[in-house]
Amino acid sequence: MAERERHANSGAAFRGRAVVMDAGDVQRATWRIAHEVIEHNRGAEHLVLVGLQGGGVWFASALASVISSVTQAQVPVGTLDIAYYRDDIGMRPVLPVGATEIPVALDGAIVVLCDDVLFTGRSVRAALNALSDLGRPAAVQLAVMVDRGHRELPVRPDFVGKNLPTRRSEMVDVSPQGVVLGDVIAAVEPGTSGGALRPEVAK
Amino acid sequence: MTPRHLLSVADLGALGIDEVLRLTDSFVEVGARPIPKVPALRGKTVVSLFFEDSTRTRLSFEAAARRLSADVMTFAGSSSSLNKGESLRDTVLTIEAMGVDAFVVRHSCGGVPAQVAGWLGAVGDASVVNAGDGAHEHPTQALLDCYTISRERERRFGAKAGRPQVLSGLQVAIIGDIRHSRVARSNVIAFAALGASVTLVAPPTLLPPSVQGWPAEVSHDVDGALAKCDVAYLLRLQNERMTEQFLPSVREYTALYGLTAERARLLGPSTLVMHPGPVRRGIEIAAEVVDSPSSVITTQVANGVAVRMAVLYLLLGSGAPVGA
Repeated sequence: MAERERHANSGAAFRGRAVVMDAGDVQRATWRIAHEVIEHNRGAEHLVLVGLQGGGVWFASALASVISSVTQAQVPVGTLDIAYYRDDIGMRPVLPVGATEIPVALDGAIVVLCDDVLFTGRSVRAALNALSDLGRPAAVQLAVMVDRGHRELPVRPDFVGKNLPTRRSEMVDVSPQGVVLGDVIAAVEPGTSGGALRPEVAK
Repeated sequence: MTPRHLLSVADLGALGIDEVLRLTDSFVEVGARPIPKVPALRGKTVVSLFFEDSTRTRLSFEAAARRLSADVMTFAGSSSSLNKGESLRDTVLTIEAMGVDAFVVRHSCGGVPAQVAGWLGAVGDASVVNAGDGAHEHPTQALLDCYTISRERERRFGAKAGRPQVLSGLQVAIIGDIRHSRVARSNVIAFAALGASVTLVAPPTLLPPSVQGWPAEVSHDVDGALAKCDVAYLLRLQNERMTEQFLPSVREYTALYGLTAERARLLGPSTLVMHPGPVRRGIEIAAEVVDSPSSVITTQVANGVAVRMAVLYLLLGSGAPVGA
């Protein structure tokens, strides 16, 4: 899930501090990861790309279009909402952010889970449980644009756009336009610029 | 504010109803999976506390709770210690002491779920869902009816409505025993909140003593109402609640107010026929109309499970404000 959305629920806002990757960097990382996925799986056969609802959806379709154009194979793309599988239901507001739509049967498929940021690993744990309710993939791999550390579960990504050391209190905003490191501002007056949850980068 | 109980559909408002409907979409998707179950309410306990007969509502709530991985306890008034003289209050507090997170309450007296919510509030934080109280309200029925109308119209005719007023501009005719119907009360509130124009069609004896303040019109012209409505919502004659003679005969009711096969020809091509069940074929609605393509009666039942999953999840799981 995009970190921005998670904090939007609690009324907090994001203030960007530094641009870590620009749009070109994100695109080149996507190209590289797409080629790594093809190399690792020796082609695109049986591949299904599944974006985690919220931030992973655009990443999955961006990867799929590169993989499809390189291999001349149509790679199916799905989306997965993990709200009902989270382990913090009841501790904070948890509502679905989008639909779960997987266009093909997952039995025997090689699923590449795609998310924008890998942080504690709890979303990935929830996604693995959700996937197992939908079928039995032959293998599940994990692709993330940014790995920011601070793992709380034994989760390891297979494909990483950028390893980004962060403080726990910081926030990383990832979009096709770039990656911005910033902070979560707890209390925001309505109408102020921080409330829009768009990254603003200090000049 | 995060709601704790669902006692009346009026508590939700248009925004709250729309939020339940949107959440229901996600549970409809869950219901279509090979394993139609999510772990969202693991460890929660839901008790169905039914003091009145029910098939679909009880099974629907229990299926909903199980599909959310909650534990379900079943209580039937007829086989309980009520028969030994235990009061309702003591029964409720006894069950609460076993550690229950939600009570799904049906009772033949209006106001019992609110009363139960009051007793529970003094001892803990369990939620109460009104599953039908007397002739008062049946909020989850209203929610599943709103869901069925809006999504069926979208599916069949591609009708995309604005939000939150997803029933904006629709004409709904509610036909039958309005006087004894909790479904009619909840549905009038919900349909009107979502922008529909509601017409109540019934013999004068089967209207409530006063419909003043109801956001609905009253008519005794069945044919006229059927010809112009987008939704024909039929109600059962609730003989079990009739304390006096309201009708000369059931046959006369069928002839004057029933949706017979001949009357069904008055319906427009896009009109949906609905009924909260149990249906008594041949009385308020003809058998062939129940089974006709314009009938969405079984769709209502199917959507009921997903709507109740949404309600239980909002009350017990989400921690999210509703209708904010």
